[in-house]
Amino acid sequence: MQRQKVLVLYLANSALDSPVVAWAVYDGTGSTRTMAGDQDEPPFATGLAALKAGWRLFQAAQILPHTRGQEFELSYLKYEFFFEQLVEIDA
Amino acid sequence: MSGLPLLSAEQMASFVARGFLRFDAVVPDEINQQFMDAIGEIAPAVPGQKLRRTYGEILARADIPQVGAGTPLSGTYPQGSAINRLLNLPLVAGAIRSLVGEAPVFDHHFLHVTFPPAYHEGGESVSQHTHQDSTIDPRQAFDLQIMYYPHKVTRPMGGTRFVPGTHLRKVSEVALGRYQNIRGQQHMVCEAGTLLFLHSGIWHGGGVNLSDETRTMFKVRINPSRTQVRQFDLETLKPQTEQRPIFYLKGPLPPSVEQTLMTPESWFEQDTGRLEFVNRIQLWRYLTDDPTYDADYWLTRLENNPAMA
Repeated sequence: MQRQKVLVLYLANSALDSPVVAWAVYDGTGSTRTMAGDQDEPPFATGLAALKAGWRLFQAAQILPHTRGQEFELSYLKYEFFFEQLVEIDA
Repeated sequence: MSGLPLLSAEQMASFVARGFLRFDAVVPDEINQQFMDAIGEIAPAVPGQKLRRTYGEILARADIPQVGAGTPLSGTYPQGSAINRLLNLPLVAGAIRSLVGEAPVFDHHFLHVTFPPAYHEGGESVSQHTHQDSTIDPRQAFDLQIMYYPHKVTRPMGGTRFVPGTHLRKVSEVALGRYQNIRGQQHMVCEAGTLLFLHSGIWHGGGVNLSDETRTMFKVRINPSRTQVRQFDLETLKPQTEQRPIFYLKGPLPPSVEQTLMTPESWFEQDTGRLEFVNRIQLWRYLTDDPTYDADYWLTRLENNPAMA
């Protein structure tokens, strides 16, 4: 039986080899319970480092044009990449 | 002149850039003790009792007034009460005046109690998702949130987590809850009597308490009612005579308001980090009433439109 582990990396620009600025891990196996504020250093330096460690990229944020008149408005982190690992667990 | 010790231009610039000012152990022990006495003893965990009920009992019993939103701050707390005394400390009154001006208004307050694992029977002991308080706030004006730590907070006790420099982002409360960790996040580990002054837009959350002691923090949100403009110590504001050299530098530049405003946070994205600078300059223009102010040419360049002249 498999469960999904999800790693979300927020990078400094749209390139996968740019530095990690924020991150999250959600562990569907239940063996770890991660939460906000639990780690002050990122698990990987870049998105590419996560690929090299075997994490599979399954979603990347689009690069969207800026709405005229709102070019300086900032809200959510822009360069979001979702990775997964499928982990065998005991039935 | 107010006679209060107002914030300096450098402190204001730091608040504009990073969204917080921290004052460690500035509230006298006597006031801290008075405040803890007003809350009363927090009962040990009761087997089978829901945490919500325990919390409700604390809020009901605490000698802290229930106050309507929009009340003048000066009339919110009884004379001689711990919070009244705290708000009248010269450092606190001066900082409030500098950030939200004269005659500020009480918005709301809350007693944040974070319980050790023993209280979470049948539930999970987890940290609070990172969020921005209230709701989407498109104003240039801002509210002030004062976080008061009446007792020592150790790292195992969790502490308030906040992310410097996030306050100028327009987000919808906990829509950003997905971000578990952000480079540069800080945890309020502090001595008793510490105060954290926050811009109302800063991203923050309560840390999980893994100790065996209850953690208490009292928050007051304060609105400006008149003007926030030029309320700090203007004698410390040096006139800007010229723009600094940019990019090609032969060495580090001396400390200045511009240096503070142009210092990035470690979580800044490479492109939007520049927009953060632009937004800091806009906030500085607002607070100093100087619509032509610029730092490192970011807005001068964008506002140079010869075809419109």
